Amino acid sequence: MSDSPLPSGDRHFPPVAWMTTGALALVVIGGIVMASYAPRKAPLGVAGGLLGLAVLLLLAVVVVFTRVRDFAWPTFAKVFKWALLAYVIEAGMIEFSFVRNHTSGTSLQIVTGMLVIFAVSVPTTIAFTAARFADS
Amino acid sequence: MADLLETPVGEHHGPAPQRAKIQIVPLKGLPFAAAALVLVTVAIATNWTWLLMFAHVAGGGLWTAIDLFVGLVIGPILGRLSIPARAEFSAKFMPAMVVIMPTLVTMNLGSGFQLARKLGNLSATSPNHAWVIASMIVVGIMATIALGILEPANIAVLFEMNKPVPNGERIGRLMKRFIYTAGITGVMQLATLVIMTRIATQ
Repeated sequence: MSDSPLPSGDRHFPPVAWMTTGALALVVIGGIVMASYAPRKAPLGVAGGLLGLAVLLLLAVVVVFTRVRDFAWPTFAKVFKWALLAYVIEAGMIEFSFVRNHTSGTSLQIVTGMLVIFAVSVPTTIAFTAARFADS
Repeated sequence: MADLLETPVGEHHGPAPQRAKIQIVPLKGLPFAAAALVLVTVAIATNWTWLLMFAHVAGGGLWTAIDLFVGLVIGPILGRLSIPARAEFSAKFMPAMVVIMPTLVTMNLGSGFQLARKLGNLSATSPNHAWVIASMIVVGIMATIALGILEPANIAVLFEMNKPVPNGERIGRLMKRFIYTAGITGVMQLATLVIMTRIATQ
């Protein structure tokens, strides 16, 4: 991947943070669609489509990561694992709220999928931002 | 966890001056964060209106106040400080924000959704329905900005400051990003204040 230094001395990286933030934005929109219909049944096609797009964005991030050279993976891993722990707890609380409100079936599956994207995308954004400036 | 929480600086690289360690995640704050999350969990599990309202108002009030204060008061002041003063303030201030803000947001949103459902505000026939959806949209935009831009910039600044020789230009650029996004979410909190007071008085 392109890694020529910028005038500031920072290397150029693929837009990983924008992609993960895009995935987050998609599941936030999906979450609003789902929540706005509660307690009625939300249009699952819209929410499922947004979730699918978010999954594709995260998969694209994985592909991008396989092509990045000279990246501070130890810093990325260190930040990612603790951020992941924090956001899994947060996602678990939101999931608990939906389960407590009798969300079930396909709706719950879509909500769970969205929360998985949330719990993975935010730590990826944080860890990537910290690692891109770290010494590889 | 100590590796992430406390990174020693300036100990192994020749000419770099000795600087204090920056605790990226302040351990002292974690029990308070855990207690707040337990409180919200209990509120949701018991569906106790008062406790839900307490968690929602306390979390939301503090979130709004801190966002407004940081975005509109601290941010502009920070921008006018000298680089060393800014660095010293940030080294103390930003780790606290790492713990405080996600905790307040979780308290507010977790209890808020449950409360809206319990009070019937989510129902399409409720006069508050449109306002609740509007608040979700505002919060969604704020959350995306905060989680996608503001918080990563916050953490990256702390990692940069813990380097033996921090890059001042890079810290300045990341701090600018932090201050601008805090300002944007601060202004958006004004919309939240309007929406929430409308819901409370309909």
